[in-house]
Amino acid sequence: MASLRTLLARPWIWSFFGALLVWLATIAFTGGYGGGGMITAALSLAVFTVIVGVGQMFVITLGPGNVDLSLPANIGLASAVAMKVMDGNDAMIAVGLLAALACGMAIGAVNYLLIWALRIPPIIATLSASFVIQSVDISYGRGLQIKPPPGFADFTNWQVFGIPVLAILTVLFTIGAGIVLQRMIYGRSVLAIGQNIRAAWLAGVSVGRTRFLTYMLSGALGGLDGALLAGYFRGANVDIGNEYLLASIAVVVIGGTSVAGGKANVPGVWGAALFLVLLLTMLNTFGVSVGVRLVLTGLIIVGVITAAGGQKALR
Amino acid sequence: MLRSLLPALSLALVLIAIAWLNPRAISYFGFSLMLNLAIPIALATIAQMFVIAGNELDLSIGTFVGFVGCVTATWLKDAPLLGVVILLGSIGVYALLGALIHLRNLPSIVVTLGMSFVWQGLAILILPKPGGKAPDWLLALMAFKPPFIPFPIIAALLIAAVVHFGLMRTSYGVILRGSGGNSAALKRAGWSLLRTKIALFALTGLFGVLSGMALIGITTSADANIGNGYTLLSIAGVILGGGEFVGGRVSPIGAVIGALTLALAASPLLTFMHIPPDWQVAANGAILIIVLAARVLISRRER
Repeated sequence: MASLRTLLARPWIWSFFGALLVWLATIAFTGGYGGGGMITAALSLAVFTVIVGVGQMFVITLGPGNVDLSLPANIGLASAVAMKVMDGNDAMIAVGLLAALACGMAIGAVNYLLIWALRIPPIIATLSASFVIQSVDISYGRGLQIKPPPGFADFTNWQVFGIPVLAILTVLFTIGAGIVLQRMIYGRSVLAIGQNIRAAWLAGVSVGRTRFLTYMLSGALGGLDGALLAGYFRGANVDIGNEYLLASIAVVVIGGTSVAGGKANVPGVWGAALFLVLLLTMLNTFGVSVGVRLVLTGLIIVGVITAAGGQKALR
Repeated sequence: MLRSLLPALSLALVLIAIAWLNPRAISYFGFSLMLNLAIPIALATIAQMFVIAGNELDLSIGTFVGFVGCVTATWLKDAPLLGVVILLGSIGVYALLGALIHLRNLPSIVVTLGMSFVWQGLAILILPKPGGKAPDWLLALMAFKPPFIPFPIIAALLIAAVVHFGLMRTSYGVILRGSGGNSAALKRAGWSLLRTKIALFALTGLFGVLSGMALIGITTSADANIGNGYTLLSIAGVILGGGEFVGGRVSPIGAVIGALTLALAASPLLTFMHIPPDWQVAANGAILIIVLAARVLISRRER
C-alpha cells in the first residue's frame, strides 16, 4: 500500500494513467478489436514526439523563458539533409544520420549564439532562427523527392512481436537521458540553473557552457528526429516537423516537468506522448470531424493539466 | 532614456530603409497600403502585452483571432445579437482561464496551448471552408479615409494612447502591472491577485476580439486559419516594443510601435528589396535579428 502511495505521488504516473484510460475507452468502443495494433501504432508514432520532447525538456528545465521554437524548422531541414546525403543508398545510412545530427547541432549552436550575443529571450532567438532555417529548407529541399534507402525505411518500421524496435531503442535512450539528468554533472548543472541561475553561477556551475550544450542537445535531437521521420514516412518534407512545436512542449509539461524550470521528468515524456497519440487515435476511431477533434484535444489537455496542477498544489 | 526610444528607432530604421528603396511609398496612399494589416497586428500585440504584464504568455491568441474572425464573418453579420453574445462569451472564457490559471497555479503556456486547439476547432466548425462576409458597418469603418493622415496611423495612435492611459496612468493599471512585478507585495497590500489575473486575461480577450474584427473588416471574408501567425507575431511585437517576459515591464506605446515595425518589415520592405518568395521568411527573421542586435549595441553604449 505504501509503495502504491509513493507511486501515485509521482507526477508522471498520471500521464500513463491517462494513456491507459484512453486506450481502454477506444477498445471498449471497438469491442476489443484492434487493441494490440493500436499500441504498436501508438508506440511507433510516440517515438518521434519523445525524442524531441526530451530535447525540449532539457531546454525548458533551464528556467523561465527557455524554450526551443526552432524544432519544427530544424526537423524539416534535417529530414531533407538526411535524404539528400543518403540518396537512397543503403551504404550511406550512417553518414546521412551523422549529417542530420550535425545539421541539428549547428542549428542549436546558432540558437545559443543569438541568445548569448544579442541577450534576447530564447523564445525570440529560436523564433527568429526558425524563420531563417525554414527559408533555407524551402530553398534547399524544393521538389526533393528522394526516397529513403530501403534498409533505413525498413529499420524505422521494424517490429519484433508487435513492438517497434525504434521504440525499444528510444526507451533505452530515455533511460540514458534520465541518468544524464540525475547522475551526471551536466544534468545536475541544468537542474541547478533552472532552480536559480545566480546561485548556480555562484556555486561554480559553468552556466554559459551548460546552456550552450543544452541548446546543442535539443538541436541534435531535432536533427535525429528529422532523419527518422523521413525514414518512417518515406520521404523528406518541409512541413514534416510542424506538429512537433506544440507536441514537444505539451509532452514535457503534461509529463510533469515544471515550466518554471529546475524540475524535469523523463518517464513523464513517454506517458504524455503515448497519451497524446492514443487520444488522437481514439478520436479518429470515434469518427469525429476535424473541428470536434481539435476542440476535444484542447479541452483534454487543459483538463489534464488542471488535474495535475492540483497535485502540485498539494505538496 | 535612450533605451525607451529603441522601439521608435527600430521603426525609424525600417522606414528609412523603405524610403531609400522606394521614395514613392512614403505617401498617404503608400502608408495606407503598407500599414493595411497593422491595425489587427497592433491589437493582437496589445492583447498579448496584457498577459505578459502578468508574467503569463498566451499561445492561443492567433487561433483566437481566427475564431473571432469566423464569428464576425458569419453570426455577427447574419444574427448580430447572437454574434455579440458569442464574442462577449469568449471574453468571459478568457476571464475564466485567468481564474483557473491563478486558482490551480497552472502554467499559462500549457493552458493556452490547449485552448489554441479549442479555438481552432471551433473556428473550423463555424466555417469549414473559407468564406462568410464582414458586416457592412465594419467594412465601412475599416475603409475609412480621413484627410491627410492615413487611417492605420490614426488607429495606431489611438490604440497606443488609450492603452497607455489605462495601463500606465491609472491607479488600477499600476496594480495590474504590479501583479507581474511583485505579486507578493501586492497581496500583502490587500489586493486580490485572482482579480488582477482575471482582469488581465479579460483584457487580452477583449483586444483579441477587436483584432479579429479589424482583420475581417480588412479581408472582408474569413478563414479558420486566418490568425494563426499572430501568436508568434504578437509575442515578437511585445519584445520589440521593449517589453519583458517577467516583472510586469511592458509598454503599450512600444508594443504598438513593435507591431508597426513587424507589419512593415514583413512584406512591404521585402517586396521593395526584390527578395524572392523562398527567402522572404528568412528575411523576416533576419530583420528581427538585426533590430534586436541594434538594440544590444545601443544599450551597451549607454552604460
